[in-house]
Amino acid sequence: MSWLKKLLPPKIKRDTPSGRKAIPEGLWSKCPACEAVLYRSDLESNLNVCPKCGHHQRIRARQRIDLLLDPEGRFEIGAEVVPVDPLKFKDSKRYPDRLAAANEDTGEADALLVVQGAIKTVPVIVACFEFEFLGGSMGSVVGERFVRGVKAALEQRLPFICVTATGGARMQEGLFSLMQMAKTTAAITQLADRKLPFITLLTDPTMGGVSASFAFMGDLVIGEPGALIGFAGPRVIEQTVRETLPAGFQRSEFLLEKGALDLIIDRRELRDRIAELLTLLTRQASVRSVA
Amino acid sequence: MKTTFLDFEQPIAELEAKIEELRFVQDDSAVDISEEIARLEQKNYGLTKDIYSKLSPWQCALVARHPQRPYTLDYVEHIFTDFEELHGDRGFADDKAIVGGLARFNGQPCMVIGHQKGRDTKEKIFRNFGMPRPEGYRKALRLMKLAEKFGLPVFTFIDTPGAYPGIDAEERGQSEAIGHNLFVMAELKVPIICTVIGEGGSGGALAIAVGDQLMMLQYSTYSVISPEGCASILWKSAERAPDAAETMGITASRLKSLGLIDKVINEPVGGAHRDHRAMAQSLKRALQDSLRQVSDLSPSELLERRFERLMSYGKYKEIAVD
Repeated sequence: MSWLKKLLPPKIKRDTPSGRKAIPEGLWSKCPACEAVLYRSDLESNLNVCPKCGHHQRIRARQRIDLLLDPEGRFEIGAEVVPVDPLKFKDSKRYPDRLAAANEDTGEADALLVVQGAIKTVPVIVACFEFEFLGGSMGSVVGERFVRGVKAALEQRLPFICVTATGGARMQEGLFSLMQMAKTTAAITQLADRKLPFITLLTDPTMGGVSASFAFMGDLVIGEPGALIGFAGPRVIEQTVRETLPAGFQRSEFLLEKGALDLIIDRRELRDRIAELLTLLTRQASVRSVA
Repeated sequence: MKTTFLDFEQPIAELEAKIEELRFVQDDSAVDISEEIARLEQKNYGLTKDIYSKLSPWQCALVARHPQRPYTLDYVEHIFTDFEELHGDRGFADDKAIVGGLARFNGQPCMVIGHQKGRDTKEKIFRNFGMPRPEGYRKALRLMKLAEKFGLPVFTFIDTPGAYPGIDAEERGQSEAIGHNLFVMAELKVPIICTVIGEGGSGGALAIAVGDQLMMLQYSTYSVISPEGCASILWKSAERAPDAAETMGITASRLKSLGLIDKVINEPVGGAHRDHRAMAQSLKRALQDSLRQVSDLSPSELLERRFERLMSYGKYKEIAVD
């Protein structure tokens, strides 16, 4: 405690934790890009895109499903698959404890949510990463749920869409995680063989083992505006090459310029445009008039 | 070539220095000390065997990175004949961190692809420390498709710290290059025999390691992230790399017991770097056995088997959901 704080009488001591909590939380939100102070409900009704500057904030997997799919006729695939601790992994915390904490925080059992449903009446299966669950990392459960989603798509001859938001492979499952790269990518060869569309939507961030497996194998590879997408993280690259990285490096717009993405779609147009793209690929009539 | 000793090999280094000294003395000595030398050599063999039988995962990682460990081109020289190196991805450049080409294995034509590290500083830089850029993976892909077209089995040798994390590599699509290889290797209609000969560093290793047989040399390692990388993320300190190596399970024996690889190929006493020729001999036998196991399969049987194998990766449990 500093000498000044010691001198102050207790009742005028500032920065007590309880004092901070007195401010009601969640009413206002500051845009991390343009620092505009936004009314949270405005932000949410704008799909968490800043109305001032268009910055796309990260959103949760279930929010993503809600903004993409029609409300009726959804059901989840692969929820029965849950994680174990094959290596008895322990760093500062045990892996099962990390899983339990992530489950507590997010309500999810692992980092991939697979849902069957329809986008503007066009039936699809969507797999969506939950970044809030251990950084959206890919371990055995993510791989297996992904494969079950692909299987369902094959059985019912449906397009398969994957929305990525991930730091890469999950270290706590060691080589099992690395092998999920091979497993998921092998699964999508079957979609290709049967000419079923596979679309990837890369959102902030899409890195490492997910980026370097199926993410760029989509028939269409779509980026969200401003998303960080790459193999190695910017810090690792900076340490390796000892140079400062160019502005906008590894962002969607950069990747589009380098020829790595098909297109970038604003979240507010996502549902409409993905539905249209699907009907174009599968030679169906437009669903533009559908709400 | 003088052996480079790792820290934990100090007792071996001291004993070998002593033997060397005695040999020197023997030349102009009146007494016959050859018996003494033989005794010490025997002792040295026992000591080396003893130390190497108790390597920790981290020590194993150091052996896997040993500067005198045989690299892909060393094995090519000892195991294959008529090697013709093929260069370039036909799009951008020839990546020196991956080598590949046509060769004969016991007289039978085949394709060889592997990471290549350099031994001295100049060569290390030339080979970019065995860290490929996208064009390296695209060269490998081109050669694999060439092998498929002409019905040649593919042998791959894995030895990389990882794919190169550089600005240029990102700009040219490192992720796409690796992912594309995984995609094509899952369905390549010829046998693919993969062997980790040194460091199996993450996605950069996996990009040429999807196949019908996955083997590892006894002291090689294979991991999702380097022990240093894992330690600096989870422990916030690269110093904890030995702990990370321990808990991640990166050694051949651990991965075999987890069912992630097919076979562990024993190394000569004291590691592959102590006897390149002997190592190459046992690797050749293992490659023969592996190829025999898959060469009778029809292309569709081969692919079905490979696919089932890929789908079997992973450990999870299933619960009842409503």
